Amino acid sequence: MYPSRFAYEAPRTLDEAIGLLHDGAGEAKVLAGGQSLVPLMKLRFANPELLVDINNLPGLDRLETLADGTIRVGALVRHRDLERAGDVHRIQPVVGAAAPLIADPIVRTRGTLVGSLCHADPQGDWAAVVTALRGYVVAQGPGGRREIPIGDFVTGPFQNVLAHDEVAVEAVLPGPRHTVAGGFLKLERRVGDFATAGTAVAIELDGDRVTRAGIALTGVGSRTVDATGAAEALVGRALTSEAIAAAADAAAEAAQPTADHRGSAAYKKHVIHTFVTRILTRVSTTSEQAA
Amino acid sequence: MTVTEPTSRALDEIKIGGMGASRRRVEDNRFIRGKGHYVDDVVLPGMLHMEILRSPVAHARIVSIDASAAWEIPGVRLVLTGEMMATRNLAWMPTLSYDTQAVLATDKVRFQGQEVAAVIADDPYIAKDACEAIVVEYEQLPVIVNPTQSLAPDAPLIRDDKVGQVDNVCFTWQVGDQDATDRAFAEADVVSRIEMHYPRSHPSPLETCGSVADFDRATGKLTVYMTTQAPHIVRAAVALIAELPEHLIRIVSPDLGGGFGNKVPVYPGYVISILASILTERPVKWIEDRTGNLISTGFGRDVYLTGEMALRKDGRILGVRMHTDSDHGAFFGDAQPSKFKIGLLHSAFACYDIPTAHLTARGVYTNKAPGGVAYRCSFRVTEAMFFQERMVQAAADDLGMDQAEFRRLNFVRDDDFPHRTPFGFLTDSGQYAKCLQVGLDAIDYEGFLREKAEAAKNGRLLGIGISCMTEPLGAGNSREYDILGIKMFDSAELRVHMTGKAILRTGAKTQGQGHETTWAQIVAHELGIPAEDILVEEGDTDTAPFGMGTYASRSTPVAGAAIAMAARKVKAKARQLAAHLLEVSEEDVEWELGRFYVRSAPDRGVSIQECAMAAYSNMPDGLEPGLEANAYYDPPNLTWPFGCYIATVEIDPATGVWDVLRFVAVDDCGVRINPMIVEGQIMGGLTEAYAMASMQFITFDADGNCIGSNFMDYLLPTAWETPGWELHEVVTPCPHHPIGAKGVGECATVGGPAAFVNAVMDALKGHGVRNVDMPLLPDRVHEALQTRGDVSGAPPIRTDR
Repeated sequence: MYPSRFAYEAPRTLDEAIGLLHDGAGEAKVLAGGQSLVPLMKLRFANPELLVDINNLPGLDRLETLADGTIRVGALVRHRDLERAGDVHRIQPVVGAAAPLIADPIVRTRGTLVGSLCHADPQGDWAAVVTALRGYVVAQGPGGRREIPIGDFVTGPFQNVLAHDEVAVEAVLPGPRHTVAGGFLKLERRVGDFATAGTAVAIELDGDRVTRAGIALTGVGSRTVDATGAAEALVGRALTSEAIAAAADAAAEAAQPTADHRGSAAYKKHVIHTFVTRILTRVSTTSEQAA
Repeated sequence: MTVTEPTSRALDEIKIGGMGASRRRVEDNRFIRGKGHYVDDVVLPGMLHMEILRSPVAHARIVSIDASAAWEIPGVRLVLTGEMMATRNLAWMPTLSYDTQAVLATDKVRFQGQEVAAVIADDPYIAKDACEAIVVEYEQLPVIVNPTQSLAPDAPLIRDDKVGQVDNVCFTWQVGDQDATDRAFAEADVVSRIEMHYPRSHPSPLETCGSVADFDRATGKLTVYMTTQAPHIVRAAVALIAELPEHLIRIVSPDLGGGFGNKVPVYPGYVISILASILTERPVKWIEDRTGNLISTGFGRDVYLTGEMALRKDGRILGVRMHTDSDHGAFFGDAQPSKFKIGLLHSAFACYDIPTAHLTARGVYTNKAPGGVAYRCSFRVTEAMFFQERMVQAAADDLGMDQAEFRRLNFVRDDDFPHRTPFGFLTDSGQYAKCLQVGLDAIDYEGFLREKAEAAKNGRLLGIGISCMTEPLGAGNSREYDILGIKMFDSAELRVHMTGKAILRTGAKTQGQGHETTWAQIVAHELGIPAEDILVEEGDTDTAPFGMGTYASRSTPVAGAAIAMAARKVKAKARQLAAHLLEVSEEDVEWELGRFYVRSAPDRGVSIQECAMAAYSNMPDGLEPGLEANAYYDPPNLTWPFGCYIATVEIDPATGVWDVLRFVAVDDCGVRINPMIVEGQIMGGLTEAYAMASMQFITFDADGNCIGSNFMDYLLPTAWETPGWELHEVVTPCPHHPIGAKGVGECATVGGPAAFVNAVMDALKGHGVRNVDMPLLPDRVHEALQTRGDVSGAPPIRTDR
């Protein structure tokens, strides 16, 4: 496994990094955790002429929780940091549910959430979580900063909306207004395997009424599937078995899987249905018990 | 009256690291420090690097190869194609099964990943760049990925290179008594049937294959550092293929990062690197990448098994019929004894008292990688035992009998040895019913059946699977077993130095089995020399005695026996030296561990170390100096260990995901030399068994694209999902082995898979399912539940375009 020839730079400032990307004219790639990019380079599926290593940039490793519950995840925050961030899990349990299921412990030590969003693998896990939470990506380029909603950020399989001289500096998860609940379930053949199918569910409840819902699916389409119909089936209603069934039906309907060695399309839709049902049923049971 | 027993001065065998000592592995000292010395660690002055260009398509005629752009890249020293190999008569080479295999393709490519060209350059990056610069024009041909396609009347001929080859059949073979078996079926009350596919798997050692070839024009000597489990076979093969003088060929197999059968064959990469070194007069290193390893080197299994069992109402088995269609890929390259075309598949049913059986076998060519190596098994014994135990469970179910009781009823009894198996092997020892009982007690069989029934009331699916088998390990004897005509024996050479330390060399080759540790323990047992005083060396054909290498669990049965015999020769000479030192006749000398003494005066004695010193400094007149011996051991029979494996599982009906609740293994591998290493071998074997049962397979799509060409698709289980293993033992010494040991390295891999599959099938009992092919991926189990039917795993896989 020998990559093509490439240059390597490790700038000390964000401006310097943006300058290098600008000069790279589309042939440069940002290196953060390297857990997807480096294997792709070894396979020569990715052949960048320049790697801009952002690991020396100050401040990007910050994981912040603000007073209003907003969570800011810097571009160098590792999966492991998120796995161990109890305060984040308390605000958004879906993050706590997903973090330990990302790849394997070795990858979690190096890989980053923002890098995972940029990589835009249709089988990636974080994009589903961020989609369910209506998060956005903050990008910085020569012209300044901009905020890009996750739904606009990922444009296709392994494609994002970033300009060639923009760096995704952080991902932001907006703070909840009501009681949060949700979960993340993934079917994988083995730890570290790509998801056969996975589901992130994030809801907010005012009493027993759902005020906000996000349901996003991974592994069942050419990009992360935002199952808006499933979310709409819940908003304004209590988590009755009818509402749960309607959401699960809509989520399975939204899934666009293809058959492969992980299973048939029908099977993957069925798994999505099962997972949505399971997460919501658990939420419903837990809130009944709490009441 | 009191009798005072003379105090023995024999050494404590456990303390000196002898038989039965769970001695820590001496080789780990360097491995855990990163100080192992693998082929890729070999760096020679002026060394060049080789990369192989592989075919992206599975079946195509090569229209043209244009390597001119590759030659122009600075740092490229040589570009080899099939045409250039052909000028040296090296475009094709013989396989271990009397077929031929392309080294670099000349006419057609016959599988995805086949070697098409090679670049030798100053560094591997340049070589890889140059491979990409080679332009190959292919004219695609129809692709065959399974026996049904291969045997179809209009199937394209894959081996059009072979004179007289009119179809895609590479062999037909049969064994057993057809007439007697037909009679048994005529008399049967019940006939039970089953069919299945044992999927293609890959040994996938962590270290891929590789070589550093170093031809010295001045001396004419060729040295090849190579990842091989059988260095002497390679030396013979190189002498024959490359027509080089055998005494000027040195094969060195340094530390190996696993083998599992993958490193038995001779691969094109080795041959090309050798020719490249001869042509460039520089050392040439070739290290295969992971994808190259998975898509082109020896696979395991890929056999379609069908069979039926003739049964009497009272549960006795009257006879068995079996048929196999085996998929050998583009070249018949199985590494197996030459008499047996489908390996030792006819060792099936050896632990059951069955009067007669008949097996027919047919091998076919397909557009897939060649190989058919014994992936941690003794020549397709894995397929044999998997079929056996799946068939037995199906038969028990058909008769409505308890699966444990059905096995017990049909086992060969302890007092019925030697026993002739239905296919003609001779088994010699075992306590099958006892092993089963130990396993049933350990898992609380009755208790689990109650728990299962209780759980079923709540819609939960629990199952229990049993797999019992005795398997033939340790080929030869040499009458029956040879590879390319070379008889299967093995060897050891023991030299005791004057201070009583020793060096031991064998013709085996450790790949993780711990030979450096256990071999010393056998010498310690025989001679009383502490194991830590014995250096074990293997793998260098210039220094090691000729041997057939390590695979098929043959090291302890064959090389281990040779070590004991060599040690006994040394002991016989040491006894002469002891008699001389003690000034008595040899007949008056007695032995206890580590010491000779005078029978009539036990206090008068000499240690083995004192004998060693005398061999170099004080030998009697007429006795040759020195203290060393070698032994070539030709075993009288195979060894027959027994394993009983029991799994309990629970299936999630909504997703088809199944979890192992408990797993009990009872192994009887005779006398255990190092119990810790034996347990490690069993745990590793069970993990591989679990892998094959649950997640691991190499499959293909309709175009012959290999699905499983990297570790994201070809799954190795991690500590997270691997179940906990509960190990038990029974000891029935091998009656013919010098120290009573039997092979064990592969038992768990061979016997384990059926325990998992039987457990899942048991959980599905009553849901209309008879068989789901491995691996039991959640979607397959779910499909079986949904359709109430069997699920085939045969390629091509179903995909959406």
